[in-house]
Amino acid sequence: MLKPVQILTRNYGLPESWTLQVYQSQGGYQSAKKALSWPQAQVIEEVKKANLRGRGGAGFPAGIKWSFMRPHPTKPAYLVVNADEGEPGTFKDRTIMERDPHRLIEGCMIGCRGVGAHTAYIYVRHELHLAKDRLWAAIREARSAGILGPRPFGVDYPVDVQVHTGAGAYICGEETSLLNSLEGKRGEPRFRPPFPAQFGLFGCPTTVNNVETIATTPSIIEMGGEAFSRQSELHHLGDGGSRLFGVSGHVRTPGIYEACIGLTLRELIYDLGGGLPEGTKLMAIIPGGSSCPVLRAEEIVNAPDDKAILHPWHGKSILDVPIGVDTMRELGTMAGTTCAIVLSDKACPVRALHNLVRFYAHESCGQCTPCREGVGWMGRIMGKLVEGKGSIEELDMLYDIASNIMGNTICAFGEAAAMPMIGFLRKFRPELVQYLHTGGKSSTGGLAL
Amino acid sequence: MPFALSTERERETADIFSRYPNKLAACIPLLHLCQEQNGWISDEVIQFVAERCEVSTAHVQGVVTFYTLFNQKPVGKHQIWVCRTLSCALRGSDQIARHLQKKLGVHIGETTKDGLFTLREAECLAACGQGPMMLIDKTYHENLTPEKVDKILDELTGEAK
Repeated sequence: MLKPVQILTRNYGLPESWTLQVYQSQGGYQSAKKALSWPQAQVIEEVKKANLRGRGGAGFPAGIKWSFMRPHPTKPAYLVVNADEGEPGTFKDRTIMERDPHRLIEGCMIGCRGVGAHTAYIYVRHELHLAKDRLWAAIREARSAGILGPRPFGVDYPVDVQVHTGAGAYICGEETSLLNSLEGKRGEPRFRPPFPAQFGLFGCPTTVNNVETIATTPSIIEMGGEAFSRQSELHHLGDGGSRLFGVSGHVRTPGIYEACIGLTLRELIYDLGGGLPEGTKLMAIIPGGSSCPVLRAEEIVNAPDDKAILHPWHGKSILDVPIGVDTMRELGTMAGTTCAIVLSDKACPVRALHNLVRFYAHESCGQCTPCREGVGWMGRIMGKLVEGKGSIEELDMLYDIASNIMGNTICAFGEAAAMPMIGFLRKFRPELVQYLHTGGKSSTGGLAL
Repeated sequence: MPFALSTERERETADIFSRYPNKLAACIPLLHLCQEQNGWISDEVIQFVAERCEVSTAHVQGVVTFYTLFNQKPVGKHQIWVCRTLSCALRGSDQIARHLQKKLGVHIGETTKDGLFTLREAECLAACGQGPMMLIDKTYHENLTPEKVDKILDELTGEAK
């Protein structure tokens, strides 16, 4: 059900919302003050109660991630914030950094307390110049107000925050690749184990969280974890609170909207996104960033088992399922960053797939053979198919290549590149075959309306 | 001639090094600082950064070639990055890219003869709700139309004259 809220976005509309003065006038930094006076375990407990699932795409419970951190006898611990927003279709973190940077800084203070760190690095993609400027300005304000520094609010728990930038590489959104990049190296993912909580940034215990995840923690401390979680209709599935939803592509009012978890795809597309433009019909949805397998508008939930997570929606349209980490997984896709890309019946699915394959072919870091060779190969075949050339056997070959990338790479980029391919091949095979048979003449056109 | 930073940027390096527990971590921020001044990463810049970070030039070269935003050859005064990824494509980024190429008289990846603009395609720049979009130097230009593109380019060309 659509329950719009203004928790994370409460300051978005205020003039000069990025300044310390405005942030504090809205009660800002009270949560950090509270959290720093609490024992570390209490901070973690509150975030666990909040059922805060990671907002970066994987949906791992943040409180549990924090609890993996163990103090090291000689090494410091670090909190790293992943602000390398680059997943196609995703544009939510940027709004937080540009419009409410102090909320992220306050979140860093709470996060530092939660993981036992005194330094947080925010890894911002280099292209986001305004976000970087606003963050640095906010950090300077917070330092000169004594909020960041050796004794925040008089508590003997030093906290400092630094901004670091990448240089244009999607792969650096992968946490171990990001750590390498932060260390001044090529952004190639690392083997796990050891996990970052044991051996992360500069070889020290490290937690990496998404911007939105961290920026949500001040509200959790303010409201209490339990109350935060209960806003969600999927509270019982351990998927709590409210979050940012995005919608882009063929809708009338694309943008970022905050709502309680429980929001359905239909509500995201029609109520928040304003529906599809005149004369077009909904064809497909990529629910949470380009790596999530595509869903077709006419799909029906099939969950006859009354123990199945999706059973309450059995027989209903997939558009009526609340967008949650577990519900979307059960549908065979992912909630990802909950920023959906909407394709109308005027968009050509073959061209859409070609567009995405090109993205992954460009962004593979080249470290693992199945991915490096596979994404380029898929790119070349799709380049041919989109010209109306190629054979049915090559469609099967695409499936094989994608399947051979899955699970055979160091990091999840391999899956991220293979899943959209497998998704399109499963859901749009008739269209792909028709496209080939007609030499591309069956295409509904391009991508733009 | 060895590369050197301007006095002002040189002062910034101390601040950069203070953010990290070792010198290597300053490598990418230093490369950005040098590129801001030099426009691209020359062999001399690589030498400079390697000395400052106390690593081999091979390491710095490896970093430079990994990341899209480090220019490995000289580029125009203004960098245009037009997004081509799905959300922007669904809203007409193809038309914008074609218009830019026609207007500037260059293909994607090329620099105009007067050295004013380098036009390149970018992968998703996190502005999917405001597509089609392009990044010029440090500014996002969103919800583009061919007319809007003309106006933006004309202003930049006017400034240069």
